[in-house]
Amino acid sequence: MENTIAGYFLSFAPVQHLADSLGVGFTSFLIFFAFCTLFLVILATVGGFGTIAERKISADLQARIGPNRVGPYGLFQLIADGIKMISKEDIMPRSADKFLYYLAPFLSLFGVVCTIAVMPFSKNLILTDLNVGVFYAIAISSLVGVGIFLGGYASNSKWSLLGGMRGASQIISYEIPVTLTIMMIVLIAGGLSFNTLVAEQAGMPWNWYIFHNPFTFIGFFVFFISTLAETNRAPFDLPEAESELVSGYHTEYTGIRFGLFALAEYIEIFVVSAVSVSLFLGGYHIPFGLLEGTFSNEILQFGSLFLKTCALYYVVIWVRWTFPRLRVDQLMSICWKYLTPIAIFNLVGTAIWIVAFDGRSMFDLFFGSGVH
Amino acid sequence: MSNQTLNVFMPIAIMMLLAALLFGGALLAAHLLSPKKPGGDKDLPYECGEVPEGSAWSMFNVRFYVVGLIFIIFDVESVLMFPVAAIFKKMNALGNGTYILIIFLSFISVLLEGIAYCWKKGDLDWVKSYKRTTKIK
Repeated sequence: MENTIAGYFLSFAPVQHLADSLGVGFTSFLIFFAFCTLFLVILATVGGFGTIAERKISADLQARIGPNRVGPYGLFQLIADGIKMISKEDIMPRSADKFLYYLAPFLSLFGVVCTIAVMPFSKNLILTDLNVGVFYAIAISSLVGVGIFLGGYASNSKWSLLGGMRGASQIISYEIPVTLTIMMIVLIAGGLSFNTLVAEQAGMPWNWYIFHNPFTFIGFFVFFISTLAETNRAPFDLPEAESELVSGYHTEYTGIRFGLFALAEYIEIFVVSAVSVSLFLGGYHIPFGLLEGTFSNEILQFGSLFLKTCALYYVVIWVRWTFPRLRVDQLMSICWKYLTPIAIFNLVGTAIWIVAFDGRSMFDLFFGSGVH
Repeated sequence: MSNQTLNVFMPIAIMMLLAALLFGGALLAAHLLSPKKPGGDKDLPYECGEVPEGSAWSMFNVRFYVVGLIFIIFDVESVLMFPVAAIFKKMNALGNGTYILIIFLSFISVLLEGIAYCWKKGDLDWVKSYKRTTKIK
C-alpha cells in the first residue's frame, strides 16, 4: 500500500479517521478515483495545449504569428477546436468495418490514458508504483499502434490502409530500440518500478542516468529518436504523411473521432517525454534536497518533472518543423540497421561497465563518490 | 495481504474505466450536438474526388509481414531478457557479476545472431535485392 497515492494519503491522520469509518478499501478507491480524474483532466488539458503549442511554435519558427483570435495570444483555441470537433457531423464510410471503425480511436486513447497510471509525477504523486511499472508502460502503450492499424484498416480507404500499414510496421519496428534502451536503464537501476528507476538520479544533474556512462549518453538519443517514431512525429510521420497519403490512417475520420485520435497523439507525446525524463533526465528530482519531507517538496518535484517534460516537448515540436520527412526504406533501415545495433551495443557496454566498475557512474569514478 | 496487492492495481482499473467514460462522453456529446445527414457521396471513401474503384481490402506487400515476424522474434527475446536485467544489479552486488554478465551476454548473442542473419539475408532491406537472396541458400 505504501507505493500508491492512496497509501501516501492514508498515512495522514484525518484520512485515517475517514478510513476507520468508511473502510480502507473504499477510502483508497475514493482517493484513487479523485486523483485518476485529476490526472486525466490535467493530461487532456496538456494535450489540448499541445495542439496550440505546436501551432504557435511552428508559426514562430516560420516567422508567422499563428492563432491569435481566441483569447489572449490565442490560448483558448483548444476550447474553440473542441466545440468545433463536437459539432461536426460524424461520417462513416458506407463500406467500412463498423465495429473496428468505432474501436480504433478508443484503443488509441485507452493505450495512452492507461499509461498515466504508472507515471511518477513526484515521489508520492504516482497513482501506483507497480513493481513491473516500466514493463506495463511498454505493454499498454503498444495498444496505440493497434488503434492506428485498425483505424487504417477499418476505413476501407486506400490512403487509410497505406497509412495504417506503415504505422503498424513503423511502430512495432521502433519498439525494439525503445525496449532495449529501457532495459539498459533497468540494468543500472536494478528494478522495473518507476520509483526504483528514478531513485538514484537524485541530486545534481550529473547523477542523471544520461551521464551515468558513455553508453547511456548515446542511449538517450537512441531512445529520443525512437520515441519520435513511436509517436508518429515528423521526421517519422509516414503513417499520416499529408503530402502523399492525404491524412493517412485517419483520412476517413471526422468530427470527434478525429479529435480523439489527435488528442491521444498529443497526450502520448507528453507521456513519452515524461518517460524519457524519468529514465534519463533525473525524473522528478530537484537538487540540494530542497524542503525535504514536506508537502511543498512534492509540488517542487512535480514542477521539476513538468518543466523538463515541457522542454522535451518543445524539442519534439522543434524537430518536426526543422527536418524533412524520411522515405519508408530509409525509415526501416534507420531502425533495423542503425538504432537496433546501437541499442544492443549500448546494452552490452552498460552490462560490462556495471560489472567492471561496480555500478559506479562516470562522475563517481572521476571525482569520487563523496561529491554529490 | 491479498487486499493490499489488489489495491496496487486499482488505479489501473479506474484509469481504464475513465478512458472508456471519456470516450463515451465525447461521443455522446457529439451525438447530441452534431448534425446527422447521412447519404450521398460523402459516405464514400475519399479518393481525391474520384469515385473509388474496388475495395481497399486486397492483398498487401509481403515485406510488412516480414517486419512483423522480425519484430516478434526480438520482442519475445527482450521479454525474456527483462527478468535477467532486473536482477543484474543485485547479483553484481552479491559478487556474482561475471556469472550474470555471461548469462546476459549469451542472451544478447542470440539476439545478435538473429539480426546478423536477417541482415545477411537481406530482410532488413526495404527493397530486397535478388543478389542477396540467391547468394545465401
